[in-house]
Amino acid sequence: MKYLDEYRDAGTARQYAREIARVTTRPWSIMEVCGGQTHSILKFGIDQLLPQRITLIHGPGCPVCVTPLELIDQALEIAARPKTIFCSFGDMLRVPGSRADLLSVKAAGGDVRMVYSPLDAVRIAAENPGSEVVFFAVGFETTAPATAMAVFQAARKGVRNFSILVSHVLVPPAMEALLSSPQCRVQGFLAAGHVCAVMGCAEYEPIAAKYHVPIVVTGFEPLDILQGVLMCVCQLEQGRAEVENQYARAVRRTGNPAARELISQVFTVVPRKWRGVGEIPKSGLGLREAYGAFDAAKKFGLTDRAVAEPAECLSGLVLQGQIKPPECPAFGKNCTPEHPLGATMVSSEGACAAYYRYRGRAAEVTV
Amino acid sequence: MSGDEPLSRTGKVDFGGIVKEVCLAYVPEAKVGDYVIVHVGFALSLVEESEAMQVFQYLKEMDELAGLKEGGP
Repeated sequence: MKYLDEYRDAGTARQYAREIARVTTRPWSIMEVCGGQTHSILKFGIDQLLPQRITLIHGPGCPVCVTPLELIDQALEIAARPKTIFCSFGDMLRVPGSRADLLSVKAAGGDVRMVYSPLDAVRIAAENPGSEVVFFAVGFETTAPATAMAVFQAARKGVRNFSILVSHVLVPPAMEALLSSPQCRVQGFLAAGHVCAVMGCAEYEPIAAKYHVPIVVTGFEPLDILQGVLMCVCQLEQGRAEVENQYARAVRRTGNPAARELISQVFTVVPRKWRGVGEIPKSGLGLREAYGAFDAAKKFGLTDRAVAEPAECLSGLVLQGQIKPPECPAFGKNCTPEHPLGATMVSSEGACAAYYRYRGRAAEVTV
Repeated sequence: MSGDEPLSRTGKVDFGGIVKEVCLAYVPEAKVGDYVIVHVGFALSLVEESEAMQVFQYLKEMDELAGLKEGGP
């Protein structure tokens, strides 16, 4: 496919690897923010192409993985209600809550449906006026325009039996939270290309300046990631800390103005709890008052309860880049994609799932 | 492409053989034949043709720069 295959060219990838090795004079740790990039790195073996002195730290950019346990329990509660159709992206169905997952609610007779787009859930609501239809709105800035449009269209068409359980999160506050931690090992970032396609690059500039950390907006194909690493290493070697755009074919400096406009019309910035990380101020999107009628938590009178994570799951440390998945004692043993303890083993963007899939259950840590 | 209103405009997008109906509300400038980045049924960005080869040019420039340095005084 055009604009895809050419960015997987092995010869050019090797050239990039040689160039990175040539410019690297000391060890550097670079975090790729997005789980999509993590999967690409593991799938194509990009980490194995790099010089040993470059460590890639896998970031928290997996929306399913950071959705708090409490919210999954709320989803399970809604999904089990009579005359309710619960719609979700496929990734979320097998993520364990504190007692069960959405698929087991479905097996017990709940009407749980996998949808491709939030607009599908609005259509299902319009077709089933006798049922409450709830969409599990999970995602980063990349998905927010789609959720915003679903709520906007439901409001405009008067689809009152539609609501969303919101768990939208924002990337820049999470990067700041990581950088503020005393355990932080990250010296440079590959920022998530598709998040920036929506939001643009400007909001990363204060972060680069404040923490003196290079941030390279990067795509998802092997050559994108290799170029992102090279640009980041060049900055580190030269002592620069700037925002650069590797993914200019898809990312404009101002992002997507039409999408940003609808996001800010429908959502407002709220504090949000991240699974495995804790609450981060101003790190989520919640519905504005004007769209409060579409808020499932309000509609069904759900309250936030603190739920303890299973002690043997170290996904919090994985999400913060403090350990790699194979360092977790449960990895590949009592935690597998078939029987996951945590969301990082389930999601197509989860780091544990990436290691299990591409390196096998006996994956060894090479750092 | 179909739909008169900008916010409900949709179009067919070919993903290497699989054709899907996609919302074009966020890419009002999109024309038939353009390449788009699609996420959960929404086109989020047009692929900028003039930037598409940049990943190959960058390597060349790095190479030339290195050559200049080595060949320099």
